[in-house]
Amino acid sequence: MGEKYKNEFGVFAERPQVEKKYYNAKYIFTGLAVFLILLILPLAPNLGKTVPPPQRQLDTPVIQKMAEKDRQCIMPTDWMRANHMQMLVDWRDKVVRTNEKGAPNGRDFVSPDGKKYLASLTNTCMDCHSNKEKFCDQCHNYVAVAPNCWGCHLQEGKKLAEAK
Amino acid sequence: MLEKALIGTKRYYLLLAVLGGIFALGFLFYLQQLKVGLGITGMGRDVSWGFYIAQFTYLVGVAASAVMVVLPYYLHNYKAFGRVTILGEFLAVAAVTMCVTFVLVDMGRPDRVFNVFKYPTPNSVMFWDIIVLNGYLLLNILIGWNVLECERHSVAPPKWIKFLSYVSIPWAVSIHTVTAFLYAGLPGRGYWLTAIMAPRFLSSAFAAGPSLLVLLCLLVRKYTKFDPGREQIQSLAKVVTYATLINVFFFFCEVFTVFYSQIPDHMLHFQYLFAGLQGKARLVPFMWFSIVGMTITAILLTNPKLRQNENTLAALCGMVIITTWIDKGLGLMTGGFVPNPMEKVTEYAPTVPEAFITLGVWALGFLVLTLLYKVAVSIKEEIRS
Amino acid sequence: MGMDRREFIRIAGLSTLLGLGGKGAFELLRPGQVEAAMAAKPEAQGVVRWAMVVNMQKLDEATAKKCIEACHRVHNVPDFKKPKDAKDTLPPEVLNRYEVKWLWTEHFHNAFPGEDHPNMLEKVAHLPFLLLCNHCDNPPCVRVCPTKATFRREDGIVNMDMHRCIGCRFCMAGCPFGARSFNWRDPRPYVADTFPGYPTREIGVVEKCTFCAERLAQNMLPACVEASGGALVFGDLNDEKSRVRDTLKRYFTIRRKVHLGTNPQVYYIV
Ligand code: SF4
Ligand code: SF4
Ligand code: SF4
Repeated sequence: MGEKYKNEFGVFAERPQVEKKYYNAKYIFTGLAVFLILLILPLAPNLGKTVPPPQRQLDTPVIQKMAEKDRQCIMPTDWMRANHMQMLVDWRDKVVRTNEKGAPNGRDFVSPDGKKYLASLTNTCMDCHSNKEKFCDQCHNYVAVAPNCWGCHLQEGKKLAEAK
Repeated sequence: MLEKALIGTKRYYLLLAVLGGIFALGFLFYLQQLKVGLGITGMGRDVSWGFYIAQFTYLVGVAASAVMVVLPYYLHNYKAFGRVTILGEFLAVAAVTMCVTFVLVDMGRPDRVFNVFKYPTPNSVMFWDIIVLNGYLLLNILIGWNVLECERHSVAPPKWIKFLSYVSIPWAVSIHTVTAFLYAGLPGRGYWLTAIMAPRFLSSAFAAGPSLLVLLCLLVRKYTKFDPGREQIQSLAKVVTYATLINVFFFFCEVFTVFYSQIPDHMLHFQYLFAGLQGKARLVPFMWFSIVGMTITAILLTNPKLRQNENTLAALCGMVIITTWIDKGLGLMTGGFVPNPMEKVTEYAPTVPEAFITLGVWALGFLVLTLLYKVAVSIKEEIRS
Repeated sequence: MGMDRREFIRIAGLSTLLGLGGKGAFELLRPGQVEAAMAAKPEAQGVVRWAMVVNMQKLDEATAKKCIEACHRVHNVPDFKKPKDAKDTLPPEVLNRYEVKWLWTEHFHNAFPGEDHPNMLEKVAHLPFLLLCNHCDNPPCVRVCPTKATFRREDGIVNMDMHRCIGCRFCMAGCPFGARSFNWRDPRPYVADTFPGYPTREIGVVEKCTFCAERLAQNMLPACVEASGGALVFGDLNDEKSRVRDTLKRYFTIRRKVHLGTNPQVYYIV
């Protein structure tokens, strides 16, 4: 007679006497192996590939034309590098939802040094960084992210008044 | 308990393989839809909801109908249904699974589905529909599973399960009511703009769901050692009879209001469905078959002899399923969109990929149903032996 | 800026987990800074109410066509009949289904169903009524949208957030005017000359006339109004001296399907 114990139904039952050994080891380990293989399968195509580190280029015509002291992004470079994606999402919501009641919105962005910018990827960012392949894509490819901005937004966006 | 779903006869594995195969085929077509867009379906700017949402609506009804076995058992202490509640609840689980999948499949941007929770919008009926559907899914999994487990150990289910069972009764009504409100609250869609939409949905649900359950019970009896019971099937047949009668009655109520009032916004849709409009009449034969068939079936069902003979009962239940599906699947969706707001007629027919995706989702649902029923039936067999 | 990259990723990841949007992450990163940087517009909120009057006495087939072309050009609205590349040619039966239109014409009995009669003025029956989103005061499309992707602005414009739309098409069922179009497939191969001042769309989202919100923000009139040679009048309904108010005072106007209670803000002079 084994000892009695209480299970989840409040019933006292006999604790089952089970031999201590590995049951179904064959199936368990095959299953685990299949699971592991499936898990790492998506990584396989990248195996052994070396992706060159990003080489961002900043020598676009607009930047070249600027005086040395004006060559400054709307926020410090380090901050931009870390936060531009969140900033763009934030701009996006505020600009698209302009005049929505109760939501913060507006089309202007004021940088810490007091300069005012139009909050716009195509019309502000891409003005200076007109070389998407040499600028945006460099890092995006390196860290294997694919932002879908370009599914809709055009690289060569123009300010409305100038667009023909 | 889950282990019961893993061991079965050859026939069981074969069934699983066939369903899995159909599902995989549908999934391939779905991948194409993801890539090319919903344009591979027959929908368009005028008929912007089609087959998918139609199936969704129909299956919400099937899911809600579980209440027809749960209610007599819990509220009226009708002990006989104790044997089949589990079948009803698991049917609901499978049906809601299909509902949720159909909604996902119909979405233009499934990648953004979580926006619904990220930006909760209580003024949208869809928001509530998602809540009640998922809640109902959870309820039925919890109740069904726990009751079955208790039954297996021959102990009484815990109190909270009983409580949840009571909750699930009004909840079942709510899922179909809210689903009807998706349509019934839209201005300018005369076919849907009717207060009797939710009652009609419920009556057709309580006709179609129990019909399906009758067929499933007969199948279970034929192919397993578990017998859901003759009395149970006969009681379900009565539910089907009354619900079908009421459904036909509601339909004629609708027809009276629409045609006696002679308001064109409401009449045109019926005219398109039953007579054709501007020379386009693709659905006319289906709709007549549906309403005539449903009426005759309802009348035949009132004859106890035909009900008691399980062969005729099965045939009649099959008719109920087909006719309500045409009415609520094909007719409701297309009828609501034709004619369009400019009173032009654009007809709709599903395309091949659309049909395969639909079939794939049904296969998924029946896969879930097979697995769940296997568990339930195995446990029932185990208890009896 | 004392935050290193790792810290940012940590917080960004955390906030994503918590289901916060960009705003939420921003708040964690730099409390209050976004608000300070994005200075609110000084204009008084909720005072403007944009509306349009379509003067059918001045609108002929050619002008209507010009308006449509102007709108569809500056908003990169695809024309599925004219692929950029011959390999993207579509079978004719899908053209009607896929059609995206922000501004289009219909005959009187289609634009105002039920209001026509057999003896009506022949001329009016055949006029090309310009139809667009009515920017309803009580818009059912906004009411039904489960994500607030369609929203009503304080100046009355019913706008679309195509970044948020999940493509459920509830709004298309809700709109009683057929003003909404869905992207049944990728529109880009069918935008002949991409207009650089406006984005295109991706598959799976709904779109419609925005009353040229992007142009209004830069003090420009809507493109269709500009192209209409005076047949379309646009302005602020709350400004007594505006041209719309003046026009509405001087002419009798009708609106589409007023009995549905959506309160359309596009008026027609017949
Ligand atoms: S016309 Fe249609 S899309 Fe435009 S605001 Fe009214 S209901 Fe919405
Ligand atoms: S399709 Fe987009 S805009 Fe329309 S209701 Fe759905 S989420 Fe809202
Ligand atoms: S107001 Fe602007 S978006 Fe609307 S129809 Fe005119 S041009 Fe097109």
